[in-house]
Amino acid sequence: MQLSDVLKSAAAKPVVFMLCLLPLFSLVWNAFYGDLGANPVEAITHETGEWALRFLLITLAISPLRQWFGLAAIMRFRRMLGLYVFFYACCHFMIWLVADHSFDIADMFEDIIDRPYITLGFSALVLLIPLAITSNQGMVRQLGRRWKKLHQLTYLVTILAILHFIWLVKADYLEASIYAVIAIGLLLQRTHIKKWIFTKAPV
Amino acid sequence: MTRFKFKTNIAHSEITSEAIYEKRREFMITGGLLGTALLLNPWTTANASLAINDYKPKVVNLDEALTSEKDATTYNNFYEFGTGKTDPLQNSQNFNTDDWKITVSGECEKPGEYALEDLVKPFDIEERIYRLRCVEAWSMVIPWLGVPMASILKSLQPTSKAKYVAFKTLLDPEQMPGQKRSVLQWPYEEGLRIDEAMNPLTLFAVGMYGKTMPNQNGAPVRLVVPWKYGFKSIKSIVSIEFTEQQPQTSWNISGPNEYGFYSNVNPEVNHPRWSQKRERRIGEIFKQKTRMFNGYEAEVAHLYKGMDLRKHF
Repeated sequence: MQLSDVLKSAAAKPVVFMLCLLPLFSLVWNAFYGDLGANPVEAITHETGEWALRFLLITLAISPLRQWFGLAAIMRFRRMLGLYVFFYACCHFMIWLVADHSFDIADMFEDIIDRPYITLGFSALVLLIPLAITSNQGMVRQLGRRWKKLHQLTYLVTILAILHFIWLVKADYLEASIYAVIAIGLLLQRTHIKKWIFTKAPV
Repeated sequence: MTRFKFKTNIAHSEITSEAIYEKRREFMITGGLLGTALLLNPWTTANASLAINDYKPKVVNLDEALTSEKDATTYNNFYEFGTGKTDPLQNSQNFNTDDWKITVSGECEKPGEYALEDLVKPFDIEERIYRLRCVEAWSMVIPWLGVPMASILKSLQPTSKAKYVAFKTLLDPEQMPGQKRSVLQWPYEEGLRIDEAMNPLTLFAVGMYGKTMPNQNGAPVRLVVPWKYGFKSIKSIVSIEFTEQQPQTSWNISGPNEYGFYSNVNPEVNHPRWSQKRERRIGEIFKQKTRMFNGYEAEVAHLYKGMDLRKHF
């Protein structure tokens, strides 16, 4: 059986769906058994944020993977992976709102305004909302060519998310830099981004 | 969360046995990583020259629950052993603190190289339960063992030119693998104004939770300055220098607009990375309000009379 046959099989989607939930299950499990260390809230905040970013990069890798390996079948997972970006970003936001701000919205907005890395992270989450809303088949059909344009916001979300990460680092930039390099590499796979950089950018 | 509480006038033998009991229990319960770590580095041999078990309990009582010893010894910022919170525990277990020497220099009558025990021995080791507030907006309550910094400094006889005290951490990338990467300028440097260093709260700490200082918490000796953010409480000290000029500090070099020389806990001074208005006490989920000078306003506010603390943050 070929890889593309596996990807096309009926079981593939539910399997990928469950796999994507593993990070959440693992967090809940470890939280229940007290295995998240001395500061579990911080651990959950960091983990959900990192998984949102990882799923974002995986989603961005789908088109290049199709091109490089001729794996057309892989496209059927893109919407689900994109929605998992939104899901983990929402978890990341909710734990912060509940545990760090005790649901105090005014307090939360003060933090968003005062701290630039939170401004960027919150903007990324807000920009994900229209993408999540328009992800169903009906919306794709209804919006037509505009759908593609709208969903190119993903590139902006990626840049905001990476900056959000880099800006919060205190001194050790290694991990954030690795994500940044991967993100730049994936963005540069887009022909229109390449064209935009090499023709429009002032030298 | 509290494992055991210290009582005043408790017999030394009682404390020792309780400590051993706690250790055994911890070893049996947690097993695994922590258990192995304890096996490799039992407190009895870690720094035998400092007779921690002889300390005189002089408890400054604080009506707040102690942070569990496990949390305080597994969640650490000690970049010399790695930037992750559990890196210091994992990477410091073979750290050798035997025959520890401290170089005393600068504006004082008694410069020279001292064995740690010679500096500490003339004084009683006291227990101080202090809040520890990290700039990352989390906090702990820790029972430290140590000698008032003022006693040590006075014994070195600072001259009238000594306006500041500068401290340095050991520089030894072989033992401290975190120093192989330049995340900060090594060796770690910190400093205090001399009246801050002489304040009765400032502690030259050689232990915690009734035991010798664990490696990951800054063995064999560290500063504890409870009204300042945790990074001011420099660990594994090898140098004390009396200076006339304000010394440079590692975090100030790394981020001058974020980490000032004073770095007093101050909920009113905004920080670009963490709101300092509230803090999460380790062991709790929701945050609580941060107090001016970490709740030590009565003891230290006079040190900063007339100063603009927004400017001198």
